[in-house]
Amino acid sequence: MADKKHKLLEVKGLTMDFGGLRAVDSVSLEVHEGEIAALIGPNGAGKTTFFNCVTGIYNPTKGDILLHPKGLETRRLNGLKPNKVTEMGLARTFQNIRLFPDMTVLENVMIGRHCRTKAGIFRAILRDKGVREEEQLIVESSYQLLEKVGLEDFANEFSKNLPYGAQRRLEIARAMATDPFLLLLDEPAAGMNPQETADLDQLIRKISEEEKIAILLIEHDMKLVMHISNPIYVMEYGKKIAEGSPQEIKDNPKVVEAYLGEETDA
Amino acid sequence: MLQNLKQSLIVSLWFVFLTFPLMVIRVNTMDQVVVWRWMNMLWVALASFILSYLWRYMLTRQQMRKAVAEEGGETRSKLQLLLEDMSFRYKAMGVLLLAALIFPQVFDTYQSTIMISALIYVVLGLGLNISVGLAGLLDLGYVAFFGVGAYSYALLNHHFDLGFWITLPIGGIIGCLFGVVLGFPILRLRGDYLAIVTLGFGMIFKVVMENWSSLSFGPSGIANIDKPSFFGMDLSLADSTIYIYYIMIALVIFTILVTNRLKNSRIGRAWIAMREDEIACVAMGIDMARTKLSAYALGAFWAGMVGVLFASKTTFINPASFTFMESAIILSIVVLGGMGSILGVILGAFILILLPEYMRAFSEYRMLAFGAAMVIMMIFRPQGIISNLRQTYQYKGLKGKTNNG
Ligand SMILES: Nc1ncnc2c1ncn2[C@@H]1O[C@H](COP(=O)(O)OP(=O)(O)OP(=O)(O)O)[C@@H](O)[C@H]1O
Ligand SMILES: [Mg+2]
Repeated sequence: MADKKHKLLEVKGLTMDFGGLRAVDSVSLEVHEGEIAALIGPNGAGKTTFFNCVTGIYNPTKGDILLHPKGLETRRLNGLKPNKVTEMGLARTFQNIRLFPDMTVLENVMIGRHCRTKAGIFRAILRDKGVREEEQLIVESSYQLLEKVGLEDFANEFSKNLPYGAQRRLEIARAMATDPFLLLLDEPAAGMNPQETADLDQLIRKISEEEKIAILLIEHDMKLVMHISNPIYVMEYGKKIAEGSPQEIKDNPKVVEAYLGEETDA
Repeated sequence: MLQNLKQSLIVSLWFVFLTFPLMVIRVNTMDQVVVWRWMNMLWVALASFILSYLWRYMLTRQQMRKAVAEEGGETRSKLQLLLEDMSFRYKAMGVLLLAALIFPQVFDTYQSTIMISALIYVVLGLGLNISVGLAGLLDLGYVAFFGVGAYSYALLNHHFDLGFWITLPIGGIIGCLFGVVLGFPILRLRGDYLAIVTLGFGMIFKVVMENWSSLSFGPSGIANIDKPSFFGMDLSLADSTIYIYYIMIALVIFTILVTNRLKNSRIGRAWIAMREDEIACVAMGIDMARTKLSAYALGAFWAGMVGVLFASKTTFINPASFTFMESAIILSIVVLGGMGSILGVILGAFILILLPEYMRAFSEYRMLAFGAAMVIMMIFRPQGIISNLRQTYQYKGLKGKTNNG
């Protein structure tokens, strides 16, 4: 199946050292068009570090991160600044929520539109017709995104006043505002109750199917992972120990030992 | 309640005990007697009791408000709600503008001069508000840009006879360039380190101006700087003060207009986002270097412009006008007024500049009051006098963003 679909992200032998600690050890991974891929593994396995390398927050020690946007030439992401990576169409959310607390919910999403709009300082001061129209477009498209994640009623609240689950959804909306073709979600269900998790399940599917955005998610909630994602990659102690469909992962003895063995809800 | 009273009583007794030797006993060495000033003791007791009680009362009130906020209740004060009402805002602005315009006709030159210096600080505060309040880049050397503007005019006027009106934008641009040049090395710095380096910049400027005599005429400064010309006419001192006053009003309005537009623009939002969380901001596709530099440079622009005006107003400048004290006052204006809030910064400037002017009788206690005010603000209203108003947008149809702070 993989060879038919367009390959969007290709990571080859990614290694990240922090001093003596090898947090990610030659991990390879691919995400194809239309996929919801998952990256799982016990705490401290190096999943977040992997995301940070791919999105430019860390510069990896070794390995290649290649982005193949459809219809454009391949780009190597190693060493690029995070904002460049985002501009290329790869957006992310954070494990420990990183919203802009003293900005309103709508403004948070509007920030995501920054890299897709142009008005500079002088035009902001002159505020000519083009700028006003661009502003209005930013507002409207951001509002539509809020509707998609079901936060439109909170548009003018400060984002710090949102309940936890809503903050996670706002992060997703903000990331989507950058017009990505690949979305990296770092533990989107963390801290959510079962109802919120079920809603998130729906939302992620919707993003994948309606918006045609490929998704790579890190998640500890096995029910969610097994339900929505395929393929699944498993990491332990920085190394990739398995990959495959949910069924294959469930049956893989290494994974059961490393991870699922201790989680009874799998 | 009773608890508070009891606590206050204890505090007041403690104070009486502490100040007893100072306030009550006095040895009259001439007559070789000890004077017991019992009345003083009463005053100390009363004053400390009242203050302590007030302090406690305010603290409980703040706690209560926090509890309300946690339950999702209305936490905006009446003032805040009033300010968010647009029609009230327009009316208030109209009245203020009218008052500002007739001010020099009603009051004498002395009052106008004081008002001019307050307005200078308003512009400085609004400029610093861009880098500190909006973009969150703490700048303790802001006065250097003010000095750059002032020296630009002084030198250009001295050597090339350039007039005020040409130099006004030039001063701003030179300030801006300095902002960019000094901005580069601080791109990677944050928090305390940024504060220390900018503090250094401020100091360096003063030291350079004091010692590079061939350029700046050293500590003796530059005198006989031209006042702003009024279509080539010579104005009397009183008239020229009024003239500068009106220029200053125009400059303030210009600054408010521009900073307000910037604040509610794509760039302004990027600044605020950078202040809130740099990592999230860069992950959302915002170029940090550019955003930081633009905030720093634009802040410097206003300082440069108003520096030109300062030089032309005083007609004499020397390095002593650009000390760290000035930076500290401007920063206090921003913090006291409310970081990021334009109205707050304006209020802050008037309070911090005008109060000491009109309370010259207590000028010895100026720094004391200043410090006390700051401490009290940080405890009871850390967001400043006017906290940032929330901005609302209209989502449907292609006309009309509203409301801002
Ligand atoms: N900036 C850093 N400097 C040093 N060590 C780090 C840094 N970031 C992560 N590490 C280490 O790398 C290892 C992997 O951490 P990482 O956060 O990637 O794990 P994770 O798989 O995301 O775990 P979790 O499921 O708890 O989020 C940990 O041992 C962590 O302590
Ligand atoms: Mg993690």
